[in-house]
Amino acid sequence: MTDQTASLASFTSEAATKKLRKRHRAERRFQMYGIAAILFALAFLVFLFASIFSQGWTAFLQTSIKLPVDFSQEVINPSGNPDAEDEIFQANYVKLAREALYKQLGVDPNDRKARRAANELLSRGVDVQLRDMVLRDPSIIGTTEDVWLLASDNADALMKGSIDRETPSERRQVSDEQIAWIDQLVDAGNMKKRFNTGLFVNGASSNPETAGLGVALIGSFFMMLTVVLLAVPLGVCAALYLEEYAPKGKIADTIEVNINNLAAVPSIVFGLLGLAVFINFFGLPRSASLVGGLVLTLMTLPTIIITTRAAIRAVPPSIREAALGVGASKMQLIGHHVLPLSLPGILTGTIIGLVQALGETAPLLMIGMVAFVVDYPTTPLEPATGLPVQIYMWASSAERGFVERTAGATMVLLAFLIVMNSLAVYLRNRFERKW
Amino acid sequence: MSSLTILAILAVAGIVAFFIGRMRSIQVCGGRQRNLHSRPSYYGYYLAILTALPAVILLAVWSVAERPVTKYVAMQELPPTVLQGTDAEKALTMSVVDSIAQGLPKLGPEEYEVLRKARFGFVTSSDARDVLAKHGVVLGSDPDRSLLAAADELASARATSRLWLPIACFGLAALGFFWGYTRIRPELRSRNIVERVMRSGLFLASTVAVLTTVGIVLSVLFETIHFFQFVSPMDYFFGTVWDPRFATVGKAEGQFGLLPLLWGTLFISAVALLVAVPVGLFAAIYMSEYAGSKVRAFAKPVLEILAGIPTIVYGFFALSVFGPLLRDIGGNIGLDISASSVLTAGIVMGVMIIPFVSSLSDDIINAVPQSLREGSYGLGATQSETIKKVVLPAALPGIVGAVLLAASRAIGETMIVVLAAGIAANLTLNPLEPVTTITVKIVSQLTGDLEFNSPQTLVAFALGLTLFVITLGLNVYALYIVRKYREQYE
Repeated sequence: MTDQTASLASFTSEAATKKLRKRHRAERRFQMYGIAAILFALAFLVFLFASIFSQGWTAFLQTSIKLPVDFSQEVINPSGNPDAEDEIFQANYVKLAREALYKQLGVDPNDRKARRAANELLSRGVDVQLRDMVLRDPSIIGTTEDVWLLASDNADALMKGSIDRETPSERRQVSDEQIAWIDQLVDAGNMKKRFNTGLFVNGASSNPETAGLGVALIGSFFMMLTVVLLAVPLGVCAALYLEEYAPKGKIADTIEVNINNLAAVPSIVFGLLGLAVFINFFGLPRSASLVGGLVLTLMTLPTIIITTRAAIRAVPPSIREAALGVGASKMQLIGHHVLPLSLPGILTGTIIGLVQALGETAPLLMIGMVAFVVDYPTTPLEPATGLPVQIYMWASSAERGFVERTAGATMVLLAFLIVMNSLAVYLRNRFERKW
Repeated sequence: MSSLTILAILAVAGIVAFFIGRMRSIQVCGGRQRNLHSRPSYYGYYLAILTALPAVILLAVWSVAERPVTKYVAMQELPPTVLQGTDAEKALTMSVVDSIAQGLPKLGPEEYEVLRKARFGFVTSSDARDVLAKHGVVLGSDPDRSLLAAADELASARATSRLWLPIACFGLAALGFFWGYTRIRPELRSRNIVERVMRSGLFLASTVAVLTTVGIVLSVLFETIHFFQFVSPMDYFFGTVWDPRFATVGKAEGQFGLLPLLWGTLFISAVALLVAVPVGLFAAIYMSEYAGSKVRAFAKPVLEILAGIPTIVYGFFALSVFGPLLRDIGGNIGLDISASSVLTAGIVMGVMIIPFVSSLSDDIINAVPQSLREGSYGLGATQSETIKKVVLPAALPGIVGAVLLAASRAIGETMIVVLAAGIAANLTLNPLEPVTTITVKIVSQLTGDLEFNSPQTLVAFALGLTLFVITLGLNVYALYIVRKYREQYE
């Protein structure tokens, strides 16, 4: 009894105040941990975006050299027959570009060493560039035209500052002589960084300066189209059945548990399924974007079903009862009321599913979309790659030029995702109805 | 005529049938629509379904069955020596037959005659080879007569199938249309029929998810059993060495020990959880217990962005920025950290799964009844004491569920480890060294040339099954805990 009185009296004692202060400090510390956790996540996010942006933005620029190229008849079409397509196709275009460069730089054509050094300034893809020009417009044969030709990977890196001029020349990939030439060209306005349309247009290439996302973008488009055409109807129908019709019982439970588990199956396992079923069993071609689309469809289906079910469940019972009360059948209730009212929610869920599908890589590796595809696929059955797969392939390449392009491609992918997510948020805010 | 064209024509036919059926219903009731059992559109749907649906089903079945059936026909021509060979030899022979068969329709009549003669032995098969080479079918050696016969049968079976498919489909469509047309009367309960069909459609759609699961299990299981014919399960499950060597057909050289891969997977996931659990849990506690609505409205989406970033982006970040950064930091403080160490992949993966921990924990903490907190405050506890001694213990089962779900994500994660973790299978305890994971090996065994009769390729399916079983087990258990926890406070 006396002990208790003493302890009550000691609430204001120094020891008690000290203890209270300690407890309050612990309180503040605890709050700080929470703030620190959120700040950690935020800092990581900023660091991630900043590092990708700082590496990637230069990929949207590409160095080109303006040269007066002499499309000489002798080299391109010595037979003089304008229909000799093989001849025009196989002509030595590199020679044209190189000769124009020697002239521009004042390189002695008999000095082999200087010639080789000058050659290194031009991309190995210039022949394709010139050939395409001639094939598009054969009338330029025999004329001299100013053409912006792609510079090589190393020259591009020097222009962008990723090769340091200060490094001793024996450890630098660009020689002093080449730097002098580059400066000469830049001063004359004949060499500069221009917007890199090739990044969005070109197909696969082993030279970083001519490699692009063209095939990947088309492949991703085909895959998204397949997902929209298949996953959305299937997902919405499945959700309608589960919410509106499925009798409560074993079957409905099985399907429900199944969908929840399917949503958590590692994506790579879906790739194995695609390989075993679509490619091995049904004999669909490897690397085709149709197979990619089918695999992604199966993968996004649970997401779409789950979000659609939530949207359907949000339709208030009063509307259902009113419709049934005036004699609508169940199917009419669904078609006339439930679906239109839950459409915004379904749309949002669909976009979220598409975002997931667009960024998914692992299952596509399984079905052989890691392919070196140069030509645009015209149907979903032709070999293609996808945007994330292209990032993966470039990330695994050793050349410096590919690092920049990987980050650039990542920025393109993130841009798509940001746009799609913003659209989802906008739709949700614009059409969301509170009952 | 391609299947796609047939499908398009059937779709158009269905639309036309809809309008005809609708018109017919108005016609049969003499314009008095209230005499009809259903609204006119339902008669339209009725006729459209009868016209298009059976034909589309036939088209689907035919397209699926065509390949195995034509292949079977062609196989009949092959000599028993080939048919008794291994699957790999059969597949090789059939691929030659297939490439010849694909060249056959391109041949002119005279050239085809050469081939027929070669088939029955009137001219040498090298003549046939020359003819085929002209049309882009390049053969490694002179084809055997039986090969030409099989290819000929295959090509003609295909041609027959391609000829009869549209006829059968359109015939069935016409049949369905006329039968349905004669049945349209005012008493026909077309709405009920249409709704029953639609309902079956909805049901079928909902079974796709189940079929997917069955498909995953069966396909992976099938190839795994195939794998175990080459390698004993004991060597796979308890082997400590992973060294698959090269894919040589039918030879089980090399060792396929699961343990080093499993260890690597669990090690990296453990590091990831060490990052994600404290950060995610504290973030969740702060957001649900302390933060005002403004902070919450900002912090929650930020955390969710982490979950929305594609894993390939995390992988590239880990490979090009974070790994080298850790290595340099380690170099400065005298630690030898490999750029693809366990830490690199683990930490980046940990950040990726923060939202999985935080958003589910957030829900769960919010579900703890307010009365528990108030009771604690009433006894004089501070807010943090309440959280530590009352809220967290009450929410513990749910939080464990959230952590298990995050763990299953980490175990199944592929792209981060493919890019940022090691390649060599190491059984090491040192987090500064690289290890490899199950998913990395699935990818590396299945990219490049595939040989479906070698354990080197098939092991990927065994690994996939292992991964599937582990993650499924974790998920089922986690969902069970979360559900049980929710029921407790409802």
